[in-house]
Amino acid sequence: MDVIAFYIFAAIAVVASVLVVGQKNPMHSVMLLITSFGALAGLYVLLDAPFTAVTQIIIYAGAIMVLFLFVVMLLNVPREEPAPPAVSALLGPTGIRIGVILSLLLGAEIVWALSRIGLGWFPQDPAAASVSSVALIGASLFTRHAFAFEATSVLILVAMIGAVVLARREH
Amino acid sequence: MVPLNYYLVLSGVLFAIGTAGVFLRRNLITVLLSIEIMLNAVNLTFVAVGRYLGTVDGQIITFFVMTVAAAEAAVGLALVISLFRHRETLNPDAFTALKW
Repeated sequence: MDVIAFYIFAAIAVVASVLVVGQKNPMHSVMLLITSFGALAGLYVLLDAPFTAVTQIIIYAGAIMVLFLFVVMLLNVPREEPAPPAVSALLGPTGIRIGVILSLLLGAEIVWALSRIGLGWFPQDPAAASVSSVALIGASLFTRHAFAFEATSVLILVAMIGAVVLARREH
Repeated sequence: MVPLNYYLVLSGVLFAIGTAGVFLRRNLITVLLSIEIMLNAVNLTFVAVGRYLGTVDGQIITFFVMTVAAAEAAVGLALVISLFRHRETLNPDAFTALKW
C-alpha cells in the first residue's frame, strides 16, 4: 500500500519536474512545479513528517510560487527566445552539451553509489516511527537549534531589504 | 514500509532534472524554478534519512532550507526584475557585462 502510494507520488513529482524544465511558457512551468511540490508533500506524509508536508504546501506552493507567478505576470514575457540553430540538444552550444553531460554523470554517480552501499546500510526500523510529532520538532527547534532559528530571522530581514533595494526603480 | 533507497533514487532523479534545467534553459525564471527543484530534492533526502535514523533533525534542516529558499527566491526575483528593466530580456546569455 505504502509502496503503491510512493510510486504514484514519485511518478507525479518526476513527470511534473520534467515538464517544468521542458515547458516554453514560464506560467505553465510555475503551475507544474506546484503540482510537483504537492506530490512531494504527499511523500513527506508517507515519511511520517506531517509538519514538513504542511510547511511544504504553505511556504513553497503558497508563498514562494505565488512570488514566482507574480514576477511572471509582471514581466509578461510568455515565450522564451528561439534557440540558436542547432539540430538537437546534444549538438548545441557548449553550455547545453556540458549540461547534458553533467546530468548524465550525476545520474550515473547516484546509481553507482547506491549499488555500492546496497540495501540495509541505514537502520530500516519501522519502530522509529513516533519521533515526528510537531511538539518534538518545536522543542528541538527552540532549544538545541535556537541560535540557528534566530539567525534565520536576520537572514529574512536581509533578504527583504535586499529585494527592496534591488527591485527599486532608479531615478 | 518503503525502503530508504527508493527515496534516495527519487531525490537523485529530481536533482538531476533540476541540474539539467539550470544548464539547458535560456530563461532566468525557469532557471530559478530548476534551482527550487534541486532544493526540494535535497529536502526529500533530509526528511527520508531523518525518518530512517529515527530523529527529527532531518525535518529541522528542511525547515531551514525552506527559509533559505524563500530568501533566495525573493532576492533572485528582484534581480530578475532589475535585469529585465535594463535589458528587456530574460536570456541569461544576454547578461555578459561581467564576462571577460
